[in-house]
Amino acid sequence: MMAELLTTTALPIMLVGAMVGIASSAVGTFLVLRGNSMLSDAISHSIVFGIVIVWLLTKQQSGPVQLIGAALTGLLTVLLTEALASTKRVKQDTAIGLVFPALFSIGVLLLNIYANDVHIDTHTVLLGEIGFVWLDTLDIFGLPIPQALVSMSVMTVLNYAFIGLFYKELKLATFDPALAKTFGFMPSILFYVLLMLTSSTAVAAFDAVGAVLFIAFAIVPASAAYLLTDRLWMMFIIGALISIASSISGYYLAVYLNVSIGGMMAVMTGVFLILAFLAGPRYGVITQLVKRQRARQAPMEPPPSI
Amino acid sequence: MAWLELLSDYTFQNVVIGASLLGLISGPLGCFAVLRRQSLLGDAISHAALPGICLSFIITGSRDIGGIIIGSLITGSAAALIMLMLTRLSRLKTDAGLGACLSIFFAVGIVLLTYIQGTNNASQGGLEAFLFGQAAATLRSDLWVMGSITLVTLLLLAAFWKQAKLVTFDAEYARTLGMPTTVIEASLTAMVALAVVVGLQMVGVILMAAMIVAPAAAARQWSRHLGGMLTIAAGVGIVSGVSGATISTLSRGLATGPLIVLTATAIVLISLALAPGRGLLWGMIKHYRQKSALQQQQLLYALYKHSADPSRASPTLGSRRMFHKLKQQGYLTRSLRGATPSDDGWGLTAQGQAEARRVVAAFEELAS
Repeated sequence: MMAELLTTTALPIMLVGAMVGIASSAVGTFLVLRGNSMLSDAISHSIVFGIVIVWLLTKQQSGPVQLIGAALTGLLTVLLTEALASTKRVKQDTAIGLVFPALFSIGVLLLNIYANDVHIDTHTVLLGEIGFVWLDTLDIFGLPIPQALVSMSVMTVLNYAFIGLFYKELKLATFDPALAKTFGFMPSILFYVLLMLTSSTAVAAFDAVGAVLFIAFAIVPASAAYLLTDRLWMMFIIGALISIASSISGYYLAVYLNVSIGGMMAVMTGVFLILAFLAGPRYGVITQLVKRQRARQAPMEPPPSI
Repeated sequence: MAWLELLSDYTFQNVVIGASLLGLISGPLGCFAVLRRQSLLGDAISHAALPGICLSFIITGSRDIGGIIIGSLITGSAAALIMLMLTRLSRLKTDAGLGACLSIFFAVGIVLLTYIQGTNNASQGGLEAFLFGQAAATLRSDLWVMGSITLVTLLLLAAFWKQAKLVTFDAEYARTLGMPTTVIEASLTAMVALAVVVGLQMVGVILMAAMIVAPAAAARQWSRHLGGMLTIAAGVGIVSGVSGATISTLSRGLATGPLIVLTATAIVLISLALAPGRGLLWGMIKHYRQKSALQQQQLLYALYKHSADPSRASPTLGSRRMFHKLKQQGYLTRSLRGATPSDDGWGLTAQGQAEARRVVAAFEELAS
């Protein structure tokens, strides 16, 4: 039964999509809360550079070496950005806008030069090939498990292990960095680790959804969750649920319309964000309007007598 | 010989003119974006151009540049508008709004692109070129459109120069003067979308962000005036556009966009290091000079203060190089043999005495 399900193409694709969303929104939650969402943009572009460099050095296109390479590339991106910003000659956002296009450009040019030797082309870089994840499988307990599913599961476990272990520290570092620092929690180190995990997740998700759509999976479910709850742990749950729902609905819509599956999944995360934005129970636009209307219609209370 | 041949080459002429137009429009508009801390908005707008390109293709059924420009303008501005709405009406911050708009619009673009590919329209081949840019595919008719947009944009900018300047640097004050700041700010953002549109063919939607940011960031280092900054940014944009496009045409097979972006990035790095006044290199040299001047003054001060007790005026006060430097300047003398064993013979000359007195006076004035 299980083997049968996995050999059909639909379930592995949806599972990979959901896992990409769950793993990315875990780290994305902190990026959204800290106001660093655009770092996911920077990282997802510059890992192209990392992937090509690691491939040139080791000839490995996926696996642990690539994940570590990605972590280092992500770190390099952030450090370069901070180094540029610390010269005080350019602002933080300008620095981001300078660093990642440069790294991305080098990556694309190297891909151009070595195009005959490597099968990642610029098309894959952007779109990923989630529709073909079932082609590349590993045998685990006799079951053919898609390799993308394995690497995404590893990243999900790693991300949540990190978040689980340092939950209290991360929470404080996110909401009150100054206090976290006085407690000796080293918020900046925590943040660097988080960004390294983000890069590794981006590389693991790379084959499935490509560089740009990763941003959608990292930022959008987390943003939607942020509009729905005030509790940090709840954000992870909502983010994961939105990822699963986007993955399933995106898959069927994409098959129905015969379009890019990864793209459609990312579009669905956007649909959920708009729903949360409009109809969220507390912060939704409609709720706010209704509340304002009620406040206007409510009879004015007499001032308390002195 | 290759150069002459190249210059008369029709495609190459198109590429060079196109790249110059791109630099001419993206540089000045990028300045406003960078100064208004909207560097990454260009990134979002350019990614959001993709669904517009695809929509116009679906509607017109061809790769007509007019349609593509209108389409990408509409979706680019829509993305900017939705970003504003998301951040104004909810508690999402700008960065999350930008990231969400950028990725969702791009995802819609990818969906439409694959939809077009599914319909197997024969003329859809060139669409993917818009991802990374394909300068060689520029047509003369495209240039007329790009040129008109650039001209109109620059004329608009010149006409509303004062307003744009004031809104950029002091929006509050502009508002108290009764200027329609929201309209001006929105138009400046919409003009960034125009710059993006001009660059689509050259560098593609992914890297257009760099063409907004890089020339402006480089120009900022060379000029303290908005007008100067805009002029230099246009120059940097043109130089990087033309040289990137040239390398791309000569090499065949290397994407144009990345080459242009890397050229622009190199110019930024050079500017950061070498620009007069702000350059990091000059800063470092100045810092070093100040440091050694201060150390020399301290040494003179110490020698002067302790001249009554020569045993304390030993070379441990400063490096040997500094003693020799001061000797060259005529402030110190060295008798071959000192009076006491610990004294190795360094002493102040009359000129040194005078300089030391001046330093002491300056020190004491500072201390009081």
